[in-house]
Amino acid sequence: MLNITKTIEDQSMMISLEGRLDTITAVELEQAIKESLGGIKELTLDLEKLDYISSAGLRVLLATQKRMNNQGTMKLIHVGDVVMEVFEVTGFTDILTIEA
Amino acid sequence: MYELKLEADSGNLPVLQAFIEDHLEAAGCPMKKIPQISMAAEEVFINISSYAYAPSKGDATICMEFVDRPASVIITFKDHGIPYDPLAKADPDVSLPAEQRKIGGLGIFLTKQVMDDIAYKYKDGQNILTMRKSII
Repeated sequence: MLNITKTIEDQSMMISLEGRLDTITAVELEQAIKESLGGIKELTLDLEKLDYISSAGLRVLLATQKRMNNQGTMKLIHVGDVVMEVFEVTGFTDILTIEA
Repeated sequence: MYELKLEADSGNLPVLQAFIEDHLEAAGCPMKKIPQISMAAEEVFINISSYAYAPSKGDATICMEFVDRPASVIITFKDHGIPYDPLAKADPDVSLPAEQRKIGGLGIFLTKQVMDDIAYKYKDGQNILTMRKSII
């Protein structure tokens, strides 16, 4: 179960995630991002309430990061311990912009 | 020993996650380790769902056992699909920049990272993957 909240203001988009980002919900997130990313220069993902991530979630974050590298910036905020550990062991801390 | 038999289909992931997490919680597993172990189980289950019986479908059996010294959970996955050792695959290079990263290939790597032990064997026509993690 994943709740996705999108807030768009001009060329900035904030997406807040609550719940779990797994094989099933990663498809929902991918769709939600895809339909709104056109023209976005600044993407922020708030992961404060995300308490689970698997490789399917990493795939969506990587694909989104690659796309944002071509059109603007992307950052992650409020990353919790469980999710951060997954970022660390997979080297995602080096390829994503993570703010405390 | 707890056992769950279900069709190896990604749509059944919530059933697997509930099975794993409910038993871990009941066994007093630290809250921090529950999502780690559940994630490892997801990766193995999705692997079986995607490859074991493709393009057809089949079942997977998941057993959970709690042991002492050190207090650990042992999770075993069995399927009757094509023989496949997911551990034989080379680990992805996790030092590459985003543009050179492949989309995928991280699931089993993550599983190896979060579990304390993981082993594969093919016996009696079954893929058997066993993994253990301490739950102290």
